[in-house]
Amino acid sequence: MRGSRLLGLIAGLAGLVAATSAFAIPWYFQTPGSQLARDIDHLHQYVMWLIIVIFVGVFGFMFWAVYAHRKSKGHVAEQFHENTTVEILWTIIPAIILVVIAWPVTKVVIAQKDTSSPDLTIKVTGYQWKWGYDYIKGEGEGISFVSMLATPREQIEGRAPKGEHYLLEVDNELVVPVGKKVRIITTAADVVHSWWVPVFGAKQDAIPGFLRDMWFRPEVTGTFRSQCVELCGKEHGFMPIVVRVVSQEDYTKWVGDFKKAQLAQAEDPNKKWEAKDLIARGEKVYGANCVACHQATGKGMPPAFPALAGSKIVNGPKEGHMDIVLNGKPGTAMAPWGKQLSDTEIAAVISYERNSFGNKSGIVQPAEVKARRK
Amino acid sequence: MSAVVHGDDHEHDHGHEHGGHHGPYGGIMRWITTTNHKDIGTLYLWFSFIMFLVGGIMALAIRLELFEPGIQFFNPDLFNQFITMHGLIMVFGAIMPAFVGFANWQIPMMIGAPDMAFARLNNWSFWLLPFAASLLVLSFFMPGGAPGVGWTMYSPLTVQMGMGMDFTIFAVHILGMSSILGSINIITTILNMRAPGMTMMRLPMFVWTWLITAYLLVAAMPVLAGAVTMTLTDRHFGTTFFNAAGGGDPVLYQHIFWFFGHPEVYIIALPAFGVISQVIPAFSRKPLFGYASMVYATSAIAILSFIVWAHHMYTVGMPVTGQLFFMYATTLIAVPTGVKVFNWVSTMWKGSLTFETPMLFALGFLFLFTLGGFTGLVLSLVPLDIQLHDTYYVVAHFHYVMVAGALFSAFAGIYFWLPKWTGKMYDEKLGQIHFWLTLIFFNMIFFVQHFLGMAGMPRRIPDYPLMFETWNKISSIGAFGFGLTQLLFLYIVLKTIRSGAPAPQKPWEGADSLEWTHLPTPAPYHTFETPPVLK
Repeated sequence: MRGSRLLGLIAGLAGLVAATSAFAIPWYFQTPGSQLARDIDHLHQYVMWLIIVIFVGVFGFMFWAVYAHRKSKGHVAEQFHENTTVEILWTIIPAIILVVIAWPVTKVVIAQKDTSSPDLTIKVTGYQWKWGYDYIKGEGEGISFVSMLATPREQIEGRAPKGEHYLLEVDNELVVPVGKKVRIITTAADVVHSWWVPVFGAKQDAIPGFLRDMWFRPEVTGTFRSQCVELCGKEHGFMPIVVRVVSQEDYTKWVGDFKKAQLAQAEDPNKKWEAKDLIARGEKVYGANCVACHQATGKGMPPAFPALAGSKIVNGPKEGHMDIVLNGKPGTAMAPWGKQLSDTEIAAVISYERNSFGNKSGIVQPAEVKARRK
Repeated sequence: MSAVVHGDDHEHDHGHEHGGHHGPYGGIMRWITTTNHKDIGTLYLWFSFIMFLVGGIMALAIRLELFEPGIQFFNPDLFNQFITMHGLIMVFGAIMPAFVGFANWQIPMMIGAPDMAFARLNNWSFWLLPFAASLLVLSFFMPGGAPGVGWTMYSPLTVQMGMGMDFTIFAVHILGMSSILGSINIITTILNMRAPGMTMMRLPMFVWTWLITAYLLVAAMPVLAGAVTMTLTDRHFGTTFFNAAGGGDPVLYQHIFWFFGHPEVYIIALPAFGVISQVIPAFSRKPLFGYASMVYATSAIAILSFIVWAHHMYTVGMPVTGQLFFMYATTLIAVPTGVKVFNWVSTMWKGSLTFETPMLFALGFLFLFTLGGFTGLVLSLVPLDIQLHDTYYVVAHFHYVMVAGALFSAFAGIYFWLPKWTGKMYDEKLGQIHFWLTLIFFNMIFFVQHFLGMAGMPRRIPDYPLMFETWNKISSIGAFGFGLTQLLFLYIVLKTIRSGAPAPQKPWEGADSLEWTHLPTPAPYHTFETPPVLK
């Protein structure tokens, strides 16, 4: 009777799986978009079938014993034990099965590690909590941008309905051409992150101070989404990865448009700004970069993430304020923003902080930031 | 195990005569000053149950936040603190002390020794634990809260944490000290205090697995202490072991941690195997199929566990030869583990089976632990691990090993030996309800997490994309069911102690080790003051 209950449970679980495919709830790997991902999928199915056969075999014996060799049926225990032949067999056969598994797997491992002769090389830098992309070799060389979560805070905090790509949308998507071998070099600015696109079967940790690499060759166009997969602090769950694979023509067009836009957007760091404009600009920079830790109220989450409201640094000399924003504070989550933000953006956010949350301590011009950079 | 024991009546009388003696103190002082292995075993078991509840409440907090998308209850920082402390408390506070509790109660009785070799050291090994646990829990109330770094405490994230990180580091030091002292005690006891005739190859399997575990602990715990000490000096004293800017390497931390971390998996699993190897023969009324091969398989697992650590790190970017070496070495573990599973099934084959609660938990263990072993095989293969690493698939995998493995085995052991310890029988019906609810809710929590991982949900995130909602809801509902079911377990144990029916000396027909064949129920306070004679 107990056996039948267990069978019922298994049937229930199987039913659950069947039901999910009907409602399209994801329960298996995403459809592969590269040879590597397809290899991984095939290996998985191969190993799973072996496992299912072994599982059914071993537990067939167990459940048969549970069913047939029970005391309540009057079965009397035989007292046999130890049988050298059987014991040698059940050591050697699994070892042979392992070799059968290892052979195809080894071939994929070697292919996965072969990052030679790429068409396009992109450096991916993990920051707390966003990704930096630098196109360092191939078409689009010199393109560089930061990519961060585009989902509004209101959706996360439940004050607005969640969109279709909740937590999987970014302001600047990584764009790559279809059919080209893309080599990704990872590194990080602060702590360990991990960059992953499941559709390409490509995952590589980003280690601060070191460069690591991997590759993928996208076979289909489309937008593919993922997230950071190594715990990297408070906002670990909020640094998505979005890759848009486009045709070669679209890619060439994107590269051209990007470079043109970059030129148009370039701001003169020597321009004198009105306080009002600078503070308004700073509010946007703050909302994109600072709000996760220092909060919209400027009260922070002390002591890990200090308050800006009434802060000694914010209300003290401008130099001290510029230094901490430009260079960060080692050993804390305060990043050196000098590398990621322009002089204008840094001047704007400092001016905003010095004139918000009850602070009143004047503005900083981009030229001053430029002079303060080391 | 088929040790034939000659009854020693004098021993029994002696036991009864002094049965009420608990040393010079009564009340709380009895427990603080006790050097009796049975008292200390009891302390370990209650301590671990309390920590199980504390760690469990954190797990429920995690599942509550993950019930639906969005941030509802805990900010991401606090969420990270919960996942960190849930892991550390469950591993070091709940599972490990539970099996040390079993070791304390059972090893002297099973080998015919009067007590542990170093009785006062035994007392200290236990009493270090509440202090370590307090440090862990107190870290929540430090400025900056508990560390939010995960139980693996990867550098350099640890450098950003507040004072709670230092509390955790010291707690790990103390826990490690306690484990090492306990292990030295266990090794010495088993090697030197066996009754005449109790040769090594006649030791009950539980004792063998603990002997091997104790060696693993002595070898692995100092490595962890080293890793966290280097973290401490990186934090405060200007060293740069794990900082590239000073010539260090964050990946070095991971290597050192997992050199401890993988043996740790077997430190938890081997005593669990030991309990199962006692329970299955007892309820099959048939000796363990391959005693010698079980001993060799256990030793092989222990040795292999030291050369597979980097399979936790396939994605850090190691050379292809490194990946292949660690992959081959890891898959090799499947061989001795398979030998163990085949032995358990063969022990049941043509036995005379009954299904009391300990046997049910042992079968649940066998079935689900093997499932966890198979997902381990999947994860050992580099390309598959690269896809699944740091996703919920891994979370599902290690909970099948830790919960369905270690916890189910601990439940099996408690129901099995509770009559001997308390002198009273537990309520069989309630025990079986506890088993079935635990089994169902466990699978509800963790089976669906395989799907989440394969579909791409990273672990350790406080919020998730909408497509993962269904499985997370099922998992969270399962978690609350599982949590409530464990209160039933507490009720069953308390009911047994207060009003259980008196248990006979050997309530389990097929049990054959010394505590059943030779000692009355309940086991007297002092046992085997003169060694039993084994033929």
